[in-house]
Amino acid sequence: MAVLVVAAHDGKTVRANVANAVAAATQMDAEVHVLVAGSNAGEAAKSAAAIEGVAKVLQAEDAAYANWLAEDIAPLVVKLAPGYSHVVMAADSVGKNIAPRVAALLDVAQVSEAIKVVSPDTFVRPIYAGNAMATVQSTDKIKVVTVRPTNFKAGAGGGSAAIEQIAGTGSAGLSSFVGAELSKSERPELTSAKIVVSGGRGLQSGENFKMLETLADKLGAGLGASRAAVDAGYVPNDYQVGQTGKVVAPDLYIAIGISGAIQHLAGMKDSKTIVAINKDEEAPIFQVADYGLVGDLFQIIPELTAAIDKK
Amino acid sequence: MKVLVAVKRVIDYNVKIRVKADNTGVETANVKMSMNPFDEIAVEEAIRMKEKGAATEIIAFSAGPAQCQETIRTALAMGADRGILVQTDVELQPLAVAKLLKAVVDKEQPGLVIVGKQAIDDDSNATGQMLAALLGWSVGTFANKLNVADGSVEVKREVDGGLENIKIKMPAVITTDLRLNEPRYASLPNIMKAKKKPIETLAPDALGVDVAPRLKTLKVEEPPKRKSGIKVKTVAELVEKLRNEAGVI
Repeated sequence: MAVLVVAAHDGKTVRANVANAVAAATQMDAEVHVLVAGSNAGEAAKSAAAIEGVAKVLQAEDAAYANWLAEDIAPLVVKLAPGYSHVVMAADSVGKNIAPRVAALLDVAQVSEAIKVVSPDTFVRPIYAGNAMATVQSTDKIKVVTVRPTNFKAGAGGGSAAIEQIAGTGSAGLSSFVGAELSKSERPELTSAKIVVSGGRGLQSGENFKMLETLADKLGAGLGASRAAVDAGYVPNDYQVGQTGKVVAPDLYIAIGISGAIQHLAGMKDSKTIVAINKDEEAPIFQVADYGLVGDLFQIIPELTAAIDKK
Repeated sequence: MKVLVAVKRVIDYNVKIRVKADNTGVETANVKMSMNPFDEIAVEEAIRMKEKGAATEIIAFSAGPAQCQETIRTALAMGADRGILVQTDVELQPLAVAKLLKAVVDKEQPGLVIVGKQAIDDDSNATGQMLAALLGWSVGTFANKLNVADGSVEVKREVDGGLENIKIKMPAVITTDLRLNEPRYASLPNIMKAKKKPIETLAPDALGVDVAPRLKTLKVEEPPKRKSGIKVKTVAELVEKLRNEAGVI
């Protein structure tokens, strides 16, 4: 039986991580369908149809789906699920909100944040902030799996799957969307950026984070932060990298003024190359860094920014 | 309004965990155990609601071995009124815990259930959402701020792009994110008082719940280790290495 990938989107395109979820899904079964639910989701459905490995896109139009409320989306997925062996979502804030609701309504377990598909019923997932890897086997008939996008390489685009219109299930009338306060940024999105520059409490203020912005812009990098920096109010919550924030795996991760609590390491230690800049040479971040530089970040950041200019 | 909070006993967040040599799990013998940090935030939020007059009674729920009593006592010392422990030595997975919670909700009829968004041991991030599903209730996940008014809750949620505001009908389930509040420490007098607060102990069978795990853990392993890196002395050396050795800039 086929796999159903439930895609989050912004009305125009599906999220970039849907391609990663599809890549994971193709390892569970050769036939992958993508559900695009929304209000005016035609363009998003087309973008899903172009993802390599997608056999069919199901487009469900309903005003209730406009804002991705779990109470309204879950019944639609549950209605479709019996025709599938797996329901897959990317483990982002949408997937984490909706997939467990779907699983419970189907009376099945959820495999959370799988990083590897061993076989169609067996998955590897990190536990204890990635300090242990559990191999789990699902005994349920339908497997609900969220997958960590950074662990599955997205295929190329250029596909042209058929788009089938399906009926919506309406509103459950339990919840309503009021509004969003989204961070505006021209920088690459954190979880898909090739380079990420992250700051911690060592930056000492939100004002000082501007130094990192300059550096990030020179590198074409996404900007992240440790929990300590977010808790201190230097930057918004969506910057947080770590066990309970975002998980990133860029080619280059530059940690500046971050001590490296295990909760932070959980979110970045799969990066290809890690650079740590910290004044405390005993900081745990150096244990995972490929290149460590001990010193005062307020001197190092401007120097580094200038050095990158000089090709 | 009654508020039910769920508290999980986990390995303390400061402990560096060790994988068992036989790869069956993580060593928990002689390891410091604490309340899951996100659940502390849940307890704190319930106490603040009671202090503001929005809640009348706080029930702290836990499930697991007998030692979970200690976790419930911690919640009682913070300010919860009474405890319910579903005692079992079976490994409990999120769906099973959600079913146990549902059985307790059916009995106690709280207006809100507040749980941590994620336990820091299995990192599942599922129990609250599953409970809401089983009850047919609405859910406010990853709560950054709550406002209870007129039979509904306004929830500010931490999402990928920033923050999102939703309004959900009560009764409802809330899962807490880090910045909802800063949990208090229990004072010594309150720790003493908590010893006299009642804890009811139940068995899963008595609640009619089958808690058998649906996911079989085949093995638990250490993650691959990163090769140890080097210290560079200057910015120039760092940039040279990133350009020519790592080839990433």
